[in-house]
Amino acid sequence: MVEPELLSPRRMAWRRFRQHRLAVLGGAILIALYGVALFCEFISPYTPDQRNAKAINAPPMNIRVFDSEGRFHLRPFVHGLELTINDDTWQREYSEDKNIRYPLHFFTEAEPYELWGIIPARLRLFQVEPGSQGYVHWLGTDSLGRDMLSRILYGARVSLSIGLIGVGLTLFIGVLLGGFAGYLGGRVDSLVQRSIEILQSIPTLPLWMALSAALPVAWSPIATYFGVTIILSFFGWTTLARQVRGRFLSMREEDFVVAARLMGASDTRIVFYHMLPSFSSHIITTATLAVPAMILGETALSFLGIGLRAPVVSWGVLLQQAQNYQVIVMTPWLLWPGAFIVVAVIAFNLLGDGLRDAADPYNHQGER
Amino acid sequence: MKRYILRRLLGMIPTLIAISIIVFIVIQLPEGDIVTSTLDQLTASVVDLNDDRVKNLRAQYNLDQPLPLQYLSWIGNFITGDMGFSYLFSKPVNELVWERIGYTLLVTVSALIFTWLLALPIGIYCAVRQYSVGDYVFTTIGLLGLATPNFLIALILMYLGYTWFGLSFGGLFSPEYLNAPWSWARVGDLISHLWIPVIVLGTSGMAVTMRLMRANLLDELQKPYVTTARAKGMAPGKLLLNYPVRIAINPFISTIGLLLPALLSGEAIVSVVLNLPTTGPLLVQALISQDMYLAGSLIMLLSVLTVVGMLLSDILLAWVDPRIRYGRT
Repeated sequence: MVEPELLSPRRMAWRRFRQHRLAVLGGAILIALYGVALFCEFISPYTPDQRNAKAINAPPMNIRVFDSEGRFHLRPFVHGLELTINDDTWQREYSEDKNIRYPLHFFTEAEPYELWGIIPARLRLFQVEPGSQGYVHWLGTDSLGRDMLSRILYGARVSLSIGLIGVGLTLFIGVLLGGFAGYLGGRVDSLVQRSIEILQSIPTLPLWMALSAALPVAWSPIATYFGVTIILSFFGWTTLARQVRGRFLSMREEDFVVAARLMGASDTRIVFYHMLPSFSSHIITTATLAVPAMILGETALSFLGIGLRAPVVSWGVLLQQAQNYQVIVMTPWLLWPGAFIVVAVIAFNLLGDGLRDAADPYNHQGER
Repeated sequence: MKRYILRRLLGMIPTLIAISIIVFIVIQLPEGDIVTSTLDQLTASVVDLNDDRVKNLRAQYNLDQPLPLQYLSWIGNFITGDMGFSYLFSKPVNELVWERIGYTLLVTVSALIFTWLLALPIGIYCAVRQYSVGDYVFTTIGLLGLATPNFLIALILMYLGYTWFGLSFGGLFSPEYLNAPWSWARVGDLISHLWIPVIVLGTSGMAVTMRLMRANLLDELQKPYVTTARAKGMAPGKLLLNYPVRIAINPFISTIGLLLPALLSGEAIVSVVLNLPTTGPLLVQALISQDMYLAGSLIMLLSVLTVVGMLLSDILLAWVDPRIRYGRT
């Protein structure tokens, strides 16, 4: 006789999640993005503030394996850039000097840096040949000659972590208020409900703008970073609180909750120990889908110049350089941070959709 | 119905009072006030609050009174239609905001209509042709629209418009119509500029509306009455549009309440990029220079717009859908 295979709820959820190809893809992209953000010092070829006076507003450089005569080189290389000033427009124009090749070296030593601000290191993922006059700007440079790729990678650390920390705070406030509103009911419930209604009827962005404009300009970058994060989460908890409240209302009368109450467990213990775990998967899903709103919020505020400010490098701060169409027409590669934002947000959405289906292994309606 | 509307109108009052208190607190948060920041700039040194000149100025602007009194005089004037004085522009706030609020409303409402005109038919198509190529294509486009920040769409449109057609976008009027009196030609000029912000704002709301319509309609299509009508030989197109679509569309009236704050938020930033004469750029300027009356009035007006929009959507829903009860809920 064949033993029927018994799956724990967790295994069933994992199985359902794996069937959701796009969600797995989203998860993989996010792991890659957060990995890059974690090791941005090592992966980026330059530090974000390093200026290259020889390549100001330089367009993205091609990394090649075939040279101008069609010969194949195992070691990828870049051509040198030739600068000419256009006599009519007085703009800098760069062209590739096909005679000069700068081979790329991998896991090579370059300018010193401090990993996570503490560990001194010199190792970099890739750089042009040490000691050569060349440079590699895969995504171009900005108006101060700073490498866009490096700046985007450093920006990933700030932009992506604001999403996570912000959602952590949102979860805390939302679960606390939603939980007690649903569990205690009565006055507490109507108070929380009313505050949610009021907060939701103020347009978010203007309110965020007003609050972050109130952050003192003299604050250190770290303080501003946390200030902006708190502002973003302070108004993001309403949706989550509503959902948690609904769950608590329906769960309040369940047998196991009544039993816990009869045995004299305190309210806090019942809420956090007995009720919360029973829908933690639901909360994780909602949290995943809430991260993009945080990332987009930070980007919008920094873009307007009232969120994070230079010298902090975030995707929003980077996009601030591209505020009018003259700049975009001359140097369209300054829009690259936007592509990273779009990819990150889509990845979170795909992952969240998959988690939602997987969180409820018995629910087959999700297949629609 | 009349009693329902009346009750909802009365219910708005505590909400608006609470919002006004929040707005007032938020506006008070920055250190210093307009007097100190103006004098800071004038003298390029930190201003001593005990200086006589400062005291006089502060008294002139009612800034020497305790906060609750300042609040009461602010909100009292606001209700009677006097929104105070903008130090930044040296003009009454009333003169600055009304025209801009009008354009904000125009852009936002057009974007709302655009979203529906496009998203509802697409949603219906996706539900009827579930899992078809078109379904996936539209879902992908919707997801892209959802994931791209509004201002980035605006930037990309400007870039494409310039490189492909040599057009420079921005503003709501061509230079020659900027200060011209209203005429049909000016209206035409406005419409020829309006479509860009409308598309930019519309794309972000599209994904949500489209998915919701698709899900609602799929729910309806499974109901027995559809099978019955089909069994009786009703023409498929007529069946679809006359029954399930009509029911599936009702909830969208109530999503005005959800879409409106989102659209107003989006409008605030898109108008900065596209240089529109709406409330967004004014709000940014006011916030950066701590022009309290101007910023406070703008946020307050935007909130009032949202609350009124929600009220209208509720009334509309109650009117359209007879299943909604007017009683207490």
